[in-house]
Amino acid sequence: MNRNDLLSGDELSVSKALTVVESDRVAARSLIGSLPEREYYVIGITGSSGAGKSTLVNWLSVSFSDASRTAVLAIDPSSPFKGGAFLGDRIRMNRASRSGKILIRSMASRGMVGGLSPSVFDAVELLGRCGYHYIIVETVGVGQAETDIVNLSDVVVLVLAPGIGDEIQMMKAGIMEIGDIYTVNKMDIHGADQLANRIRSVLDLADVKREIVKTNSLTGTNVDRLYQLLIGELNRREKSGKIEESRQRRREIAELNTAFSALKEAHSRGVKLEAIMECINRLREDG
Amino acid sequence: MKKTRIIVAKPGLDGHDRGAKIVAMALRDAGMEVIYTGLRQSPSDIVNTALQEDADVIGLSILSGAHMRICDRLLELMNEKGIADKPVVVGGIIPHDDVEILKKKGIAEVFGPGTSLKQLEQRIKELAEKK
Ligand SMILES: Nc1nc2c(ncn2[C@@H]2O[C@H](COP(=O)(O)OP(=O)(O)O)[C@@H](O)[C@H]2O)c(=O)[nH]1
Ligand SMILES: [Mg+2]
Repeated sequence: MNRNDLLSGDELSVSKALTVVESDRVAARSLIGSLPEREYYVIGITGSSGAGKSTLVNWLSVSFSDASRTAVLAIDPSSPFKGGAFLGDRIRMNRASRSGKILIRSMASRGMVGGLSPSVFDAVELLGRCGYHYIIVETVGVGQAETDIVNLSDVVVLVLAPGIGDEIQMMKAGIMEIGDIYTVNKMDIHGADQLANRIRSVLDLADVKREIVKTNSLTGTNVDRLYQLLIGELNRREKSGKIEESRQRRREIAELNTAFSALKEAHSRGVKLEAIMECINRLREDG
Repeated sequence: MKKTRIIVAKPGLDGHDRGAKIVAMALRDAGMEVIYTGLRQSPSDIVNTALQEDADVIGLSILSGAHMRICDRLLELMNEKGIADKPVVVGGIIPHDDVEILKKKGIAEVFGPGTSLKQLEQRIKELAEKK
């Protein structure tokens, strides 16, 4: 991997770099550190399995790519049994894939129960530094992954759909804290209006002002509206300083993750906890 | 830790992927990360996917009888895109006489109808490690 190839966003080099990021966290940090920082935005797309997130991203990513360089990270859970994974999001992303303009990468959550793999934080930073301006991250929103995607993203779209149990999901406490924009996908299916109304009333009760967009991801209907809302939201957040906050948070989490990996590695090589603590204390005294 | 990543793709126009899915699930259960592309993938789609996913192995399931044409085009495009080092394995219905021809062209392995999932898994692991 040549640094210039990475900086110019050469797909093969970036793809190989993502493998490094996924396999070796310490090497990942030095690789990322060798590239200059750039501005980029992370758009989180989350929701139940089967809501139509991948199908939606198939259109949404094309809208973003018309504006600037765009990458998609599609994350699916690793199976607890032997850690394999079935990564099937690309099945729904032919349009984006064939546009020839979007880097799509499937990632497994790798051992983090329900949550996002720590290397996702490095992956977005790498992509950002390789010149990808918009990075769309699709995750299944369950358990820990819900808070992880909020920590990772500058803006989060919560995708819901009729007929897959989201009507009940909606009543769950805390659902209002996940989405910045709500999408009721499968608007062509019976129950979509009802679901949208339900979300509206839950948000109203909580006195939370959020946009709700109904989409049909088979035809792309209203995806442009969602795109416009996202761009508007990103602009607003940039002005209010919220984007800078998200960046800080991402940086902090990435650093903590790496520190943890390094400690874990040292520990597995027989370095005793006492020695590690002593080392940390010494560093602290030195200021 | 490096995980084995394999693409399971279904090129050509024949319309069902039950066999490919069974293989994909078995490889997942063997601890691999399987990128599943779905039906009707052109050689160019598959090469694009392999490049973006940095797969260790590319697996094709071909039932249509068009394996020669598909493999020729695939290998040609892989060369063009600089990923000729990735091993390609083919499963499905491949006539006995064609197996050697495909291997000569550069296909790393052809899995005949009698191949067990265990053998398949074993060989793919070998190829991924050799790479
Ligand atoms: N009727 C209808 N089906 C959809 C729509 N969007 C997605 N689907 C279907 O819903 C299923 C799940 O879609 P997928 O994108 O894989 O969902 P994900 O698990 O959230 O990524 C697929 O069979 C899609 O074809 C939609 O707007 N309307
Ligand atoms: Mg999906």
